Amino acid sequence: MLDNEEFLLDNAPRELTQNPLRKIWMPCKNGMPAVHIAQRRVCMTNCPTLIVLVGLPARGKTYISKKLTRYLNWIGVPTKEFNVGQYRRECLKIYKSFEFFRPDNEEGLKIRRQCAMAALNDVRQYLSVEGGQVAVFDATNTTRERRGTIVKFAEQNGFKVFFVESVCEDPDVIAQNIVQVKLGSPDYIHTNTEEAIEDFMKRIKCYESSYQPLDEVLDRDLSYIKIMDVGRRYLVNRVLDHIQSRIVYYLMNIHITPRSIYLCRHGESDLNIKGRIGGDSGLSARGKEFASRLRKFIQDQNIKDLKVWTSQMKRTIQTAECLGVPYEQWKSLNEIDAGVCEEMMYEEIQEHYPLEFALRDQDKYRYRYPKGESYEDLVQRLEPVIMELERQENVLVICHQAVMRCLLAYFLDKTADELPYLKCSLHSVLKLTPMAYGCKVESVCLGVEAVNTHRNRPEVGIAGTKQWPRLFPKPTGSVTLDSFMWMSHKKKKKAENILRISVFIRRN
Amino acid sequence: GSAMGQQPASVPQFCNSPTMIVMVGLPARGKTYISKKLTRYLNWIGVPTKVFNVGQYRREAVKTYKNFEFFKPDNEEAMRIRKACASAALKDVSAYFTKEHGQVAVFDATNTTRERRAIIISFAKERGYKVFFVESICEDPEIIAENIKQVKFGSPDYVDRDIDEAMEDFIQRIECYRANYMSIDDEKDRKLSYIKIFDVGSRYLVNRVQDHIQSRIVYYLMNIHVTPRSIYLSRHGESELNLSGRIGGDAGLSSRGQKYANALATFMRGQTIKDLKVWTSHMKRTIQTAEALGVQYEQWKALNEIDAGVCEEMTYEEIQENFPEEFALRDQDKYRYRYPKGESYEDLVHRLEPVIMELERQENVLVICHQAVMRCLLAYFLDKPADELPYLRCPLHTVLKLTPVAYGCKVESFFLNIEAVNTHRERPVNVNINRNPEEALHTVPDHI
Repeated sequence: MLDNEEFLLDNAPRELTQNPLRKIWMPCKNGMPAVHIAQRRVCMTNCPTLIVLVGLPARGKTYISKKLTRYLNWIGVPTKEFNVGQYRRECLKIYKSFEFFRPDNEEGLKIRRQCAMAALNDVRQYLSVEGGQVAVFDATNTTRERRGTIVKFAEQNGFKVFFVESVCEDPDVIAQNIVQVKLGSPDYIHTNTEEAIEDFMKRIKCYESSYQPLDEVLDRDLSYIKIMDVGRRYLVNRVLDHIQSRIVYYLMNIHITPRSIYLCRHGESDLNIKGRIGGDSGLSARGKEFASRLRKFIQDQNIKDLKVWTSQMKRTIQTAECLGVPYEQWKSLNEIDAGVCEEMMYEEIQEHYPLEFALRDQDKYRYRYPKGESYEDLVQRLEPVIMELERQENVLVICHQAVMRCLLAYFLDKTADELPYLKCSLHSVLKLTPMAYGCKVESVCLGVEAVNTHRNRPEVGIAGTKQWPRLFPKPTGSVTLDSFMWMSHKKKKKAENILRISVFIRRN
Repeated sequence: GSAMGQQPASVPQFCNSPTMIVMVGLPARGKTYISKKLTRYLNWIGVPTKVFNVGQYRREAVKTYKNFEFFKPDNEEAMRIRKACASAALKDVSAYFTKEHGQVAVFDATNTTRERRAIIISFAKERGYKVFFVESICEDPEIIAENIKQVKFGSPDYVDRDIDEAMEDFIQRIECYRANYMSIDDEKDRKLSYIKIFDVGSRYLVNRVQDHIQSRIVYYLMNIHVTPRSIYLSRHGESELNLSGRIGGDAGLSSRGQKYANALATFMRGQTIKDLKVWTSHMKRTIQTAEALGVQYEQWKALNEIDAGVCEEMTYEEIQENFPEEFALRDQDKYRYRYPKGESYEDLVHRLEPVIMELERQENVLVICHQAVMRCLLAYFLDKPADELPYLRCPLHTVLKLTPVAYGCKVESFFLNIEAVNTHRERPVNVNINRNPEEALHTVPDHI
C-alpha cells in the first residue's frame, strides 16, 4: 500500500479548477478549492528547522545569520533570525565593559541564560505558531552544554537542528570584522575606537577558555557545517534534508571579498517607446545613446576583472555589444513572460483581459500571466543567477525591469509584497556594494531620457486586501475575492464587464 | 564580440581552463561509481566530460589477471606496468582536452600515494589544467563487502573465478594498497582543492573550491546516495490534444487517459513502495493523472512540457504549413533547436537540473510528466547523448521503472494495456529547408 493515504479515496476523480491568480490547477469540491497540500514546488521542510550558529565573537555569525535569512526568505522559505545579543541589550540597558562576559560573573551568566531562553521562546512562537519554517539562532553557543540545551529544546518541539560553526584564527580577518561591525554596535557607541577594540578583544578572551568547538567524534550524530577560515575549508556532517543541503550549498558559495555588483536594464527599446510590454525588440536611438554612455561609465569606474552578463533578448545584448568587452548570455535573465499579454499595451490588456489586469493588481507577486509567468516564478528561475553572483566578484548585469526588481529585492532584503513595485528605471545603473551586514546602493543616472515604464501600486482598496470593490448593486452585497474566483462562468462574464468600466477609472 | 569569441552559448560557460578530477581511495571505496555518475551528470548538463579508468589500461596491458600478487608493493615488474598505464592515461587526458574539446577529465585510479598525486599535480600544472581531488574514505566492512559483491565479481578480472576465491583475492588486493596509503593530509595538502567523502556521505571535508564547476561538483557529490530505491517515470494519461495530434497546450485527459490514470494507481499500489513521493508538472493533464492515485503529490513548474512558443497547440501539419523553415531546422538539430518564443531541449535540460538534483536526494519517486521532459530525465539516467535524447521513445501509457544497479541503471518498461495515440515522430530522411511537405510530414504519427 502506498503511504500517505490520508485523502478520501473517492471513486470519481476530483474536479480540477485553475486558480485565476496563480494559474495553478487545484482539486475543487462544489466550486470551492478542496484542501490541497501540493505546493508550487518541492516542499522544503516537513518540520521546521532551527539553525544554530556557533563561534567566538567576531567570527561572522551575525553576518552569516542575516545573509542566510535574506536568501531563504527570498527563495520563499519564511525565515527569521533571533540575535541573543539583542535580547541582552534590551535586558541590560547599558553595556559597561567586557567584565559582563567574564566566566565567573554569576550575575552576568544568569542574565545571559535568561536571554537565551527568551530568544528560544520566541523561536518556538515563530516556528510553531506563526508559521515560520526556519529560525536562525544567532549566539556564540560555544559550550557543549548550551548546545545540548538547544538540541533538547528542539526535540521537545519537533524542530530539526542544523549547526553552523564559524572557526577563524586569522587576526587580520578578526580585526577587520571588529572594525566593520563592532565599533558601530550600540555597545560601543560612546566609546572611542582604541578603547572599544581593547574591550572587545578582552570580551573574546572571556569565551575562549570555555570554547568547545563541534567535535568530529563527540558530535558525530549532529547535523552541522563547520566553516573554517572564511570559507577556505568546510566540514559537513549529516545533512538531513533538502533545505539543509541548500543551506550548505549557499554557505559554500558566499564570500567576503570586496566587490561591486552593477545592475541596469537594457537601453530603451522600440517597444518601450510604444508602451508595449515584453517582446524582443531592438534599442531605440536613445537606448543606443545609453549603451554608449554605459560604456564610458564602466571605463571610468575602472573595475578589476568585470564580468558582464545579459539575457538572451536582443535589447540587452545590443546594450552589451556597445561595451566592447566579452559578455555571457543567460536565458534565466530573460524578462518575465507575459504569455498572452506579450507585446500588448496596458490599455489593450485592460480592454481584452480586464479580469487578468485586476487580478495582477490584486497580488502582483503571485499573479501569473495566462501561459506566462509570475514574479514568484521569476525568483525561482533567477536563483542560480543569484548563486553565481554570490560566487563572483565584480559583475555588471544588464537585464529587464521585472528581473532587476527580483535581483534588487534579494540584495536589499525587500519583501515579496514590495518587490514588484521597486523602482528600476531605464537608463540608470545601480551599484551595489556589500557593507557591514547589508548592501550600499548608489544610483547613477546616465543622463539619457527614456520613457517611464513604472506602474505604481494601484490605490483603490485592492492591494493586499481580499475585498473586492462593489461589483454588484445590493442586495447581493460586496463580493470577496475568494468567492469571486470560484464564481460561475456567467457571473464572471458579468463581473468582467463591470470591471471594464470600474478599473478603467482607476488605471494610472 | 560575444562571449569568449566562441559560438554564443545558451547556457553560461562554466570553465575557462580544463579541469582534472582526480579520484583517491583504496579499492572498493566507490571511486568508479562516483567517476561514472559524475561524468554522466556533467555531460548531461552540457560540460563535456570523460572518465579515464587506469584499471582498464592495466587490463589492456596485462591481458590476463592472475591474482593479487600483481599489486604487491614489492612487485617491481608490475609497478613498472602500472606506472606506464597511469602515464598512458594522462596522455589521453591531454589529448582529450587539446584535440577533443573536453572540459573535464575524471582520472579514476587509487592515487593513494603522495608521490603519485604529485606527478598528477605537476602534469596538470605544466599544461594549465585545474585539479580537484575526490577522496572516498570508508572503513565500514559491510559497505565494502557489498561493493565487492556488486561490482567486483562481475569485473573482467574475476569472470572465471568462483565467488569465495574472488572475495578472498580482492581483500588481499586491498591490503596491498593499504600499507602505502596516504590520505590527503589536511595540513600538508591545505593548498590543494579537494573533497573528502567519509562513509558514503555521512560527512564531507571540502577544501579550497576554486570555481563554479568545482562548486557544482561538490554540491552534486553531497546530494547523491547509495540507498536502494526506484524512480518511476511516466507521462500524463492521453490528453484531448494528443488525440488530435496537437502539441503543447494545457488540455485535460481523454477518457482513455483517465483509464490510464486509474490503471497507474492500481499498478503503483501493486509495487508496494515505501514512502513514495509523487511529482507532477503544473499542467492539468499530469495533475489529473496524479489525482487518480489518491495520494499527496507535489507540483513542479520545472516539469512543464517544452514550450513550443508560436507553435503551441498546432499539429505538425500546421507547423509545416505555417513555419516550414522552422520545421526543417528542428529536424536538423532537434536538441538545440528553440521554437520561436519557446524553448529548446537544451533549455529544458537546464530547467530540469534542480529536478534531477532533488531526484538524487530522494528515494522512491514517481514523476508524472511529459514527452520532451521525460526524454531529458531518461537521458540523464541512461547516459544518452544530446543527439539521441530528443528521439528517445517515451510512449503514452507506459511506466518506466529505473533502479540503480552496479554502475548504471536497470530499466523496466510497463505498458498498462490502455490504448493511446502514438506521439513519437522519428527524424525524417530529408531535413533540408527546401524539402517538400510530404518529405517533412513523412514520419508524423497518425491522429484524428
